[in-house]
Amino acid sequence: MKKLFVFLASIMLVFKMQAQDKYFTKAGKISFDATTAKSPENIDGINKTSICVLDTKTGNLQFSVLMKGFEFERALMQEHFNENYVESNKFPKSEFKGAILNNASVNYSKEGTYPVKVKGSLTIHGVTKEVETDGKIIVKGGKLNAVADFSVALADYNISVPSLVADKLAKTAKIKVDCLLDPLK
Amino acid sequence: MSIHIKKSVIFIFILSSFAAKAQQQSDDLLSLVDKEKPKKEYVKYAFKSTRVINGQSMEFLSPGTMDFRILHRFGQLDQGYKNFFGLDQASMRLGFDFGLYRNLMVGVGRSTYKKELDGYFKYAPVMQATNGGSPVTLAVVGGITMNTSPWADPTIDNYFSSRLAYYYQVIVGRKFSEGFSLQLTPTMVHTNLVQLSSQPNDVFALGLGGRLKLTRRMAITWDYYHLFNGIEKGVNYDPLGIGIDIETGGHVFQLHFSNSTGMNERAFITETTSSWSKGEIRFGFNLSRIFQIKHNKNRG
Repeated sequence: MKKLFVFLASIMLVFKMQAQDKYFTKAGKISFDATTAKSPENIDGINKTSICVLDTKTGNLQFSVLMKGFEFERALMQEHFNENYVESNKFPKSEFKGAILNNASVNYSKEGTYPVKVKGSLTIHGVTKEVETDGKIIVKGGKLNAVADFSVALADYNISVPSLVADKLAKTAKIKVDCLLDPLK
Repeated sequence: MSIHIKKSVIFIFILSSFAAKAQQQSDDLLSLVDKEKPKKEYVKYAFKSTRVINGQSMEFLSPGTMDFRILHRFGQLDQGYKNFFGLDQASMRLGFDFGLYRNLMVGVGRSTYKKELDGYFKYAPVMQATNGGSPVTLAVVGGITMNTSPWADPTIDNYFSSRLAYYYQVIVGRKFSEGFSLQLTPTMVHTNLVQLSSQPNDVFALGLGGRLKLTRRMAITWDYYHLFNGIEKGVNYDPLGIGIDIETGGHVFQLHFSNSTGMNERAFITETTSSWSKGEIRFGFNLSRIFQIKHNKNRG
């Protein structure tokens, strides 16, 4: 009986330790910008409620973003974004599931800035595509800051732009990721 | 047997459940943190505009926005080529609507018809929401209109109150799906001074408005009011409008055919003098342009 308890306890300990390898946030910042020279106003949205989880042991990295969480300067633009472009009711979430390719080169226990390569599948508007981008992991004060910039072509994700506004909206949106991850307990 | 075996069975159970959890963890990291139940969320964009065609819709302006509305109603189509199918005669209303909160908006307007000013508020104590929220939006509208044209007979005592009319409305609406919204709007219009003694001061009506989306940027709308009293045979009729909402970049165009000229509740409910069955149909349009006048606080 005792042995069993010890065994169980040690198993639980192992799992607990494993859990501490994971970092997460529910308040990650992801923004996009699709402004062109001909846009009458800035076309950008920011989402401050993105979910991000990183498993430092395996390098697995996942994001989940509620499309309705993107905030715009103009309410009308927000309506158009949700209703006409990304169809948020039909496709409420965008997700990224991938991994840090050079995970071994990041020393998560030592403060510093580590360049990383991230590869995985990105799902927006119901369409999944393979993407690869460069980013940074900044280890500081027991937290991880995951930062990346990349571009997404609207056409790749079946986001159609009416010809009337075609030159006022960029064909590729610049996406910025800035997530401060806490240890997952 | 028993105790030992039972224990080992339990043990295996516990182990396997841990193993299952571990497996799940490596597959789907998101499920580790994204455990919250879906939140209650207000249903938006049941209609493209705050008006179905003539009457108020269950939709509200976003807080901090202003809607500049230009409405036109033309003459009857059956006037033919001589009056360019009614386009020679235009009646219009200019309006400014303001979104104050997600469930409160106010507006003012002026119509050429009877040189009428109008103002209203629209407030929704209950809004349709997902995940256990209300299935319908319940809104109330209160409005006032003021006729500013010269007195018909300046030689008699005329009272200011005779220029005024009021309307009260309840909107019960539901966005059934992405493409289909429907609303019922019981309405009462009180006119202080009516033109004929046979006309009632209080007119009760029930509106039925709806939208059917054709594409992401285009929809068919209809807006009908049934009058329970105040209909004089051959004089006035139930107003019915059938239209198309077209959305371009920054504008919403509501093109429609209807039998009414009035563009506020008093005018189109109590003074619709044309009849669909006689072919007395008019073309008209609403143009809506929304301006952002307040910073979006959620952006920080």
